[in-house]
Amino acid sequence: MNVDLSTRYLGLTLRNPLIASACPLNQDPEFLLRLEEAGAAAAVFPSLFEEQIEFQQQQIFGLYEYGTESFAESLSYFPELEDYNVGPTEYLRRLRAARDAVRFPLIGSLNGMTVGGWIQFAKLIEDAGVDALELNVYFVPSDPRHGSEEVERRYLDLVTAIRKAIKIPLAIKVGPYFTSFGHFARRLVDAGADGLVIFNRYIQPDINLETLDFFPNLALSESYESRLSMTWIAMLRGRVGAYLAATSGIHSVEDLAKILLVGADVAMLASAIYRHGPDHFARLEAGLKSWLIEKDYASVQQMKGSLSRENCSNPEAFERVNYMRSLVAYTSKPI
Amino acid sequence: MDSSYITVDGNEACASVAYRCSEVIAIYPITPASPMGELADAWAARDIPNALNITPRVIEMQSEAGAAGTVHGSLQTGALCTTFTASQGLLLMIPNMFKIAGELTPTVFHIAARSIATHALSIFGDHSDVMAARSTGWAMLCSSSVQEAQDMAMIAHSATLKCRVPILHFFDGFRTSHEVNRITSIDDDTVRSMLDEDLIRQHRERSLDPDKPTLRGTAQNPDVFFQARESCNPFYDAAPEIIRETMQDFARKTGRKYDLFDYVGDPEAERVVVIMGSGVGAVEEAIAELNNKGEKVGMVKVRVYRPFDSKAFIASLPETVQSVAVLDRTKEPGAVGEPLFLDVVASVQEDWTGPQRLKIIGGRYGLSSKEFTPAMAASVFAELNKPEPKRRFTVGIVDDVTHLSLKWDPDFVTERPDNVRAVFYGLGSDGTVGANKNSVKIIGENAGLAAQGYFVYDSRKAGSVTVSHLRFGKHAIESTYLIQRASFVACHQFNFLEKMDVLELAAPGATVLLNSPFDEKDVWDHLPREVQETIIERKLHLWVVDATAVARDVGLGARINTVMQPCFFALSGVLPRDEAIGHIKDLIRKTYSKLGQSIVDRNIAAVDQSLERLREVKIPVRAESARHRLPPIPGVAPDFVQRVTSMMIAGKGDLLPVSALPVDGTFPTGTTRFEKRSIAIDIPIWDADLCTQCGLCPLVCPHAAIRSKVFPESELKDSPERFESREWKNKEHPGYRLTIQVAPDDCTGCGICVDVCPARSKEVAKHKAINMTPKDEHLERERSNFDFFLKVPEMDRRSVKLETIKGSQLLEPLFEFSGACAGCGETPYIKLLTQLFGDRLVVANATGCSSIYGGNLPTTPWSCNAEGRGPAWCNSLFEDNAEFGLGLRLGVEQKHLIAKELLRQLGPKIGDDFVASLLSFSSTDETSLAEQRERVAALKKMLGQDQSLEARRLVTLADQLVPRSVWIIGGDGWAYDIGFGGVDHILASGVNLNLLVLDTEVYSNTGGQASKSTPRAAVAKFASGGKHACKKDLGLLAMSYGNVYVAQIAMGANPLQTLNALREAESYPGVSLIIAYSHCIAHGIDMGTAMTHQKDAVTTGYWPLFRFDPRNAHDELHPLRLDSRKPTSPFKVFADKEARFAMLQRANPSEAKELFEQAQADIDARWRFYEQMVGVSRHAHEPEVAEEVNS
Repeated sequence: MNVDLSTRYLGLTLRNPLIASACPLNQDPEFLLRLEEAGAAAAVFPSLFEEQIEFQQQQIFGLYEYGTESFAESLSYFPELEDYNVGPTEYLRRLRAARDAVRFPLIGSLNGMTVGGWIQFAKLIEDAGVDALELNVYFVPSDPRHGSEEVERRYLDLVTAIRKAIKIPLAIKVGPYFTSFGHFARRLVDAGADGLVIFNRYIQPDINLETLDFFPNLALSESYESRLSMTWIAMLRGRVGAYLAATSGIHSVEDLAKILLVGADVAMLASAIYRHGPDHFARLEAGLKSWLIEKDYASVQQMKGSLSRENCSNPEAFERVNYMRSLVAYTSKPI
Repeated sequence: MDSSYITVDGNEACASVAYRCSEVIAIYPITPASPMGELADAWAARDIPNALNITPRVIEMQSEAGAAGTVHGSLQTGALCTTFTASQGLLLMIPNMFKIAGELTPTVFHIAARSIATHALSIFGDHSDVMAARSTGWAMLCSSSVQEAQDMAMIAHSATLKCRVPILHFFDGFRTSHEVNRITSIDDDTVRSMLDEDLIRQHRERSLDPDKPTLRGTAQNPDVFFQARESCNPFYDAAPEIIRETMQDFARKTGRKYDLFDYVGDPEAERVVVIMGSGVGAVEEAIAELNNKGEKVGMVKVRVYRPFDSKAFIASLPETVQSVAVLDRTKEPGAVGEPLFLDVVASVQEDWTGPQRLKIIGGRYGLSSKEFTPAMAASVFAELNKPEPKRRFTVGIVDDVTHLSLKWDPDFVTERPDNVRAVFYGLGSDGTVGANKNSVKIIGENAGLAAQGYFVYDSRKAGSVTVSHLRFGKHAIESTYLIQRASFVACHQFNFLEKMDVLELAAPGATVLLNSPFDEKDVWDHLPREVQETIIERKLHLWVVDATAVARDVGLGARINTVMQPCFFALSGVLPRDEAIGHIKDLIRKTYSKLGQSIVDRNIAAVDQSLERLREVKIPVRAESARHRLPPIPGVAPDFVQRVTSMMIAGKGDLLPVSALPVDGTFPTGTTRFEKRSIAIDIPIWDADLCTQCGLCPLVCPHAAIRSKVFPESELKDSPERFESREWKNKEHPGYRLTIQVAPDDCTGCGICVDVCPARSKEVAKHKAINMTPKDEHLERERSNFDFFLKVPEMDRRSVKLETIKGSQLLEPLFEFSGACAGCGETPYIKLLTQLFGDRLVVANATGCSSIYGGNLPTTPWSCNAEGRGPAWCNSLFEDNAEFGLGLRLGVEQKHLIAKELLRQLGPKIGDDFVASLLSFSSTDETSLAEQRERVAALKKMLGQDQSLEARRLVTLADQLVPRSVWIIGGDGWAYDIGFGGVDHILASGVNLNLLVLDTEVYSNTGGQASKSTPRAAVAKFASGGKHACKKDLGLLAMSYGNVYVAQIAMGANPLQTLNALREAESYPGVSLIIAYSHCIAHGIDMGTAMTHQKDAVTTGYWPLFRFDPRNAHDELHPLRLDSRKPTSPFKVFADKEARFAMLQRANPSEAKELFEQAQADIDARWRFYEQMVGVSRHAHEPEVAEEVNS
């Protein structure tokens, strides 16, 4: 039986709803080719980080100036180089190489949190030939003096600025920690977002018990983590006017099916690739197809959003009552 | 004719021409000529073709001698060649210069003329180097300004081709080489037109070529050498006229006219000064002033000093001249007169045909960049007016010994009143000089005004103060002296007001700009009384801006330059404000765009905010401040320090008379302790409760500003109330207390001590046993504590466990508070050396960083203990340090032997048993040393009664019976490159000597040029594309002798191995070589964490630790021991943390990848090789050490 796995995301028609999320592996054109061959419908190129650009600029500036013009015999300590490549030259070179290597849609990615000179790179990424841009806003509002409106305003200003800078479709990838995410999602769309990628995993640092220091420690996601995305996609489906991409915790065909049922246009995978390799796309694609056949769906389009909050039979599942039931159900089990 | 203006310094003006006229350029760094080589190397690295349509081959050599030899060789093949040097570098070139001239080979050497080291080294300018080369047979062409440094360079390259006489082109170091001035550039077409193709062809045809073989460099016998030497005479006879013709050709092409000698002044002058170099600027201004007053005076500028065209010189004198004063910027003790004077006397004697007999006097001026002002020039003219002028004189100093000096009138000032004359006081780290160089550029290149900048730097590398002198005006500025009356004074650091007289140069009515944390309403009350009085008396206009806050707000940190610069333009009126701001922003974009948009944005934000916060201060009528400027030496100090050192510290060294200074360059040690610079913002404060007493913090402190001391509790009875101590964990000393104490005014705030501290609070993880804390919160208390700490007696060395880190740190450091960079990686080794052996240490120190922070006046960190014992230190040269150290050792040994022989002779008188105990001494443990010192003291007491010749001789030498520890210290530039021949010879000598190589892997002192120690893939000056050759394995070379103790150490990675290596090296009775990893700001690292970063160097195998002890080279033992483990992480882990490697990854990723792979392969191969060597047993003959010198 033939089923149609295709979907649309950011105006792009994709062979299936499986996208390789932005991760360092994707900067290698050969790896992207493997993803494409395995059945990934698109890939997000690794992010160009605001900090990457500005931090390096500051570092080189610091080096350029440190210790100079202080002592008569050594007015500087390094040769002045013709080009420090502080811009995204190398990044764009790699992006172009990737673009040339694969046929499936390639989505560029910018990661930052301030409206600064670095947003000009959105245009450079667009010029490199990507099909869309994903703006990853990873912001930890660590200052307790900043209120929610102030935080949201930062996002919105950034989206507005990027939207102005480029013509290609723009997706915004955000975390879940907002007072009223649905309302905020609408504001993002109003500011120019064509799609929402939910949710960013906030990668908290770990503690080294020997040195008693924090250190970055990336832990791969688990399937249960997809429930957060699943919940909010269900709530937003049909209510925000934007493409919805689910990310975090999608590993199995079951995860995939659930996320599509609640209304995701696409599912984005990173941890699954690290865990199972690029061929996992082939397995997921085949598995999804089998599941659709088994369940008698004609297409992804058909199933997409069929279990959204609007379309599901028990919308109270998203409310307090579900929370209470869950607790009761769990605690009533014998220990 | 090209008439475009450029704003450059003398070095760049000269190098630009030299590069365009040369095919081979051999270089070697030396101040102040290094920038010429650096520029040539940078241009070549960018593959910029020159006027000959070729990119010159620029090659760094191991010494100036090597550079000259390379040039000599290339010249013999018909290439067009040049080099750049100064001072001792020129001296090293002299042997080849004789050859090059003897072979009539056209070339030009460009010299930033600098003092030759005599009683002291000086990096500053005079003609002692070029005058030492005047017998080489080279023509000598002198430039007296930045413009001329370019023009004469061109004339030299052109003329040498025609006359075949090589030309030494020189200009004054610093005054011209580093002065930034607006000049008219020479375009490539002009350069090309000055290089005659036919002459180049002739040069090539004379080259060594197997197709038409010739022989040069013969050995000649008495029969023909003399005649052959005379055969070149026609070329020397013709050379002056050829140079003159070339000057005329140049004038036709550029409009700028020069002659062999140029006369300036009254055409009917009666008194004439003869001078060459930058001093002509001051003399010219004096002449203009005196001519206006009706005085008939003039000057002959000497441009071509060799061949000295006597007739041309005489022709340049006005017929009316009665008397001549010849000014030499050099000194030849014992000569009838200085060289230029003698030439003038001879010329007048032979060629002066006027009816009157000329009176000629000769004087010295401006040695080591001593200021030479119009007032001083006027005093020379005044001297000539006297009936009996001094036949020999000096000017610019007060000579109260031989009374040769002339007095000058400090009020004789010739500054043009319409010029803007601005003086800026800043810190090296705040960017003041950089901004001022930009201002000169903005005004010189955009505003149609003449512009000049000259910059005075500090002797210290940490917390260094800079003073910028900027002049702007409508007419060319050739005032070759510091500003004497400033119309604008900027003080970029508020605390300078307490430390120095920043308004000293402010002219009445001048504008003063102050970076102040206090606003216009509050600032007055925070000014010292002396500053208030000056402001009121001179009716100064005071403006304030909180540049520190602006810089912080826009994210520029301590770089306040971009804030202060617009304020200068706004207040000085040198340009319309908006126009100036526009230019500043343009220059910011131009300068910083390659560093990134965020840098541009921040600097532009600083400009915009600066003017908004600029405010004028209303000046009260009375000065009522209770604050006063601090004395240069707080507290009690020895007489010499009070009289002499304090003047230098206060910046008043120019006022010291000759009698104040030692006659032979000998200075007392231990003087940094009197110079309280108080430069740290944060200082480390000890938390006694947390301390584990490991000793690491005092060990790593580069400035000995963290000390540890153990003492009986009874010593605490008079301690300050908040003096911290805790129980000393030591069973042998119950009841003893330990204190870790900061020297708050001597700390540089680098934070290295905190970084290495292993002890943390259980409640607050970031709180360690030592923590950086704002100095102001602790200053008074810690001052009092440190004063008390110093009074607490030192631990008896016999009670200290030297073999432990904590024990070693209870020994008094005899190297303290140096001016080295904050966080310096070299000084901790030196300090440890002084702790271990300081009271019997003799040091030969190669020129470089360690000789500068060790011996650059006004003060020295080499110190002595309460008994008056401490390191005896001397710097000979850069190139000869190993040999010099050998000489020290041999001298020590001979004295030792003589003392022992005298002892034997006096045995019957003194007592044979006592003599035997003195002679039998062999151990160098602290107990034995103390006993021997007691015996020696007793001996001297006994000998005091004996008037025999032997007894008197032995009294002089008795101290030699206590063994001396001779150490040869220097950097990698010395050990790997320029001094390697000597190092190798000493390694082979078997003499009981110790070499400590402070390996920063670059020439740190001259600004980070590559040495043979520089590792593959590192970016350095002279290796701007990343070094392609691998680092020389000096340790391996030394091990090849078999009987040399060799250790490679890194204190931050393994402190105990460092300690062991130093002790083993000292105890080894032959040659010992220690190669010490020394992090450096030229690595582009965070200096505050540099010690812990050394662990990365070791764990990646980049810097393996080992000791090779020949005492184990027998009986199947293995002398080599690897003290670090097999590399556990790749080179990249280390390299990514250092800008010297990371730069290449950014600038040229593909090249970096390849070089990184090669660097990793180097590491792997070396480790494999060492591993195999560890398993090799070896037999080596230990040095045959006489029992007398077994120390």
